[in-house]
Amino acid sequence: MSNSLTTPGIVPARLNPDAYAEQFDDLYPDYDPHEAMVAADRCYFCHDAPCITACPTEIDIPLFIRQIQAGQPEAAARTIFDQNILGGMCARVCPTETLCEGACVREAAEGKPVEIGRLQRYATETLIQKNAHPYTRAPSTGKRVAVVGAGPAGLACAHRLAMHGHDITILDRREKPGGLNEYGIAAYKAAHGFAQAEVDWLMQIGGITLRQGWTLGADGTLADLQAEFDAVFLGIGLAGVNALGLDGEVVLGARDAVDFIAELRQTEDLSTLPIGRHVVVIGGGMTAVDAAVQSRLLGAEHVSMVYRRGRDAMSASDYELSHAANEGVKIITNAMPIAIHANGAVREVEFAYTHAGETGMEPTGETFRLKADQLFKAIGQTLVGAPEGVALDGRKIKVAADGSTSVPGVWAGGDCTGGGEDLTVTAVAQGRDAAESIHASLMKSGA
Amino acid sequence: MANLTTNFIGIKSPNPYWLASAPPTDKEYNVVRAFKAGWGGVVWKTLGAEGPPIVNVNGPRYGAIWGADRRLLGLNNIELITDRPLEVNLREIKQVKRDWPDRAMVVSLMVPCDEESWKAILKHVEDTEADGVELNFGCPHGMSERGMGAAVGQVPEYIEMVTRWVKQHSRMPCIVKLTPNIADIRKPAEAAKRGGADAVSLINTINSITSVNLDTFSPEPMIDGKGAHGGYCGPAVKPIALNMVSEIARSPETADLPISGIGGVTTWRDAAEFMTLGAGNVQVCTAAMTYGFGIIKELTAGLSQYMDQKGFTSVDQLVGRAVPNVTDWQYLNLNYVTKAKINQDLCISCGRCFAACEDTSHQAISMSPDRVFEVIDEECVACNLCVNVCPVQDCITMEEMPKGAVDPRTGEVVGDYGNWTTHPNNPMAKAAE
Repeated sequence: MSNSLTTPGIVPARLNPDAYAEQFDDLYPDYDPHEAMVAADRCYFCHDAPCITACPTEIDIPLFIRQIQAGQPEAAARTIFDQNILGGMCARVCPTETLCEGACVREAAEGKPVEIGRLQRYATETLIQKNAHPYTRAPSTGKRVAVVGAGPAGLACAHRLAMHGHDITILDRREKPGGLNEYGIAAYKAAHGFAQAEVDWLMQIGGITLRQGWTLGADGTLADLQAEFDAVFLGIGLAGVNALGLDGEVVLGARDAVDFIAELRQTEDLSTLPIGRHVVVIGGGMTAVDAAVQSRLLGAEHVSMVYRRGRDAMSASDYELSHAANEGVKIITNAMPIAIHANGAVREVEFAYTHAGETGMEPTGETFRLKADQLFKAIGQTLVGAPEGVALDGRKIKVAADGSTSVPGVWAGGDCTGGGEDLTVTAVAQGRDAAESIHASLMKSGA
Repeated sequence: MANLTTNFIGIKSPNPYWLASAPPTDKEYNVVRAFKAGWGGVVWKTLGAEGPPIVNVNGPRYGAIWGADRRLLGLNNIELITDRPLEVNLREIKQVKRDWPDRAMVVSLMVPCDEESWKAILKHVEDTEADGVELNFGCPHGMSERGMGAAVGQVPEYIEMVTRWVKQHSRMPCIVKLTPNIADIRKPAEAAKRGGADAVSLINTINSITSVNLDTFSPEPMIDGKGAHGGYCGPAVKPIALNMVSEIARSPETADLPISGIGGVTTWRDAAEFMTLGAGNVQVCTAAMTYGFGIIKELTAGLSQYMDQKGFTSVDQLVGRAVPNVTDWQYLNLNYVTKAKINQDLCISCGRCFAACEDTSHQAISMSPDRVFEVIDEECVACNLCVNVCPVQDCITMEEMPKGAVDPRTGEVVGDYGNWTTHPNNPMAKAAE
């Protein structure tokens, strides 16, 4: 094939075959040991450190950095994993600028925080890459727990429960475990098969069985699970996507960004993955950024990311947005889609500029059109398939602080529940805490 | 530009920076490079007696400790005196002195502790027309096991005896280099003076083991699984050296004895500090071994600029300027009351001052739920630990309480100068008249 950046339409192989590996390689290379030492030396070992408070999983960050300084990154990794078993992935995908690094006193002092994310990655890598699992299971309790969903919440929950000696079955509708880590984030954030490597490493705890291709509702009900298991954890994520609500939305060339990202992540040879010359992404979150940046990396000549409100309201972090801009994504704010112009396939998307009015975002009356061979919709995901009888809080599953739902014996965590900003690290915290609650409950009832 | 020319016991040099007797001054090649770079003088690496040359180890000679970014903080060596033939050294010394007449050329010596050995070597050195000799009574490793170096320097009677021989058998100015591996540095200095020394130089290196290899359980530097203590030097030893220099400078017995200051001089500031405490010049080694001879440009320019800023026109005006302010604890003013003060605009809320004070000191810093840290004057003893652990320069300062104010900790009025010798709690206090 001899396509190029300027080939019209949605075509594969816009780049030289050798270019893809480099394009989608790790955003950051690992620290080497000396770099890690120098970076670690910048930590002040603050009293009651603000970075710990800012971390949803409350990792003892000054301690693990000191352990790196003291020449024991493996011990540092253990400190991290004690709180966050997916500390490896979180080191890659956490919006650290709004979490630990945002709270770092050196951010306040110099605008240059300790690079906690990269240090965490350096530490966790020492155990994951060696495939050395630091935990052992407690003696078997004979209790069985079903974990629905093999994403961050489910994995964190399953690992913690397995550690306590329970037997866990993870049920997941996809082919591979990992949830959004495997299907939902940009490839360059989890390069070299990291998501699967991390799951494999995590599963070494033992006592966890994976049942794949199993969908809640279609292949079994909550009642079935309750009958078979002593407890159930729901980490089912947000399987639905919001629609734009425009006429002609279902048309060739238009698709959900999450599907595009999932397909990209599962494509072995990225030169076979078709991409438009003119790509328009609608949305202002991380999914929109990941879709837009990866479109550029695949060779799309023009990629615009359009958001209906102002930049401040975008849920994508400043860091992510500047990364997108660096990669050549044009970011347009205060513009809402009002029409899709197609001719068998998407041709143009028409937008109206907006301003904040009495009733929310209102059109200013000015419109513009963007050429689009391909349109990705990334305006949010929704909960679908929540089991009957489980109470909701708004559009998500209602949970107490310990993750318990309205149904006795059923817990939930991660994006399918509220209050977590849909971050990986929050899902891990919720899965872990639910596991502790489940454990306490099982041991009480078993006594 | 301030004049950096130095006349140290009659030995002139264009600046007060000499390279200390050590590997950088072991041969003509290095010394000429140093002079080209601008060094004021050298103390040639220690010569031994005639005969088969010294043998060095063939494994590592140095060990080190570093900061996080491999900044070298302390260096340790187990190298011995020169291992080149005596006649080669003498020939080169003579040649270099002839080629560089304006630079100081001092020759370090270490021979067995008998008069004949010293007499013999002195004759050779005089023939080179070097400016003076430095007696190596300091080297703590290897040679000391053979009754030389620090083995002499640790016995004041030997120092006096050998110094006397040197002054008897030579017209050359004589500097006695002292070992810090001793309880009271004033004793060997006094002995040197009794023996007729023109000056002392200090400190030589400190007995040390830099680290232990936790796999092989051998000290570093390791030679075939074993290690022997070496001599420690570099920035880490400077505080020890400054104190020893000042002890000699302020002791009535040795106050008039010129001092060549050695020990961790790395920047012009270190040199200036040594000089204010009584050193007439300084000798440098580790900094040159770490960064090369090019540092001399910073050393000279820095000292010049400082002197200009202070209005000093010659090095002599700097020498000894801080000596009157070095005193004994008993004379410190107990009525000088300060309190730590935290500048809230500069504070970055790391809480290190709080942890230090709360855990290890006087519980004199409060922490609010929103991480505001404040000094509790009622508890603050002014220990200065918070200042030292604070990562932000000048964020915490020690503020002097004015006379007449009431110290909220003690309830006492800040009074005039008063020290321990007259303090009511001192059983030995002299009655205040």
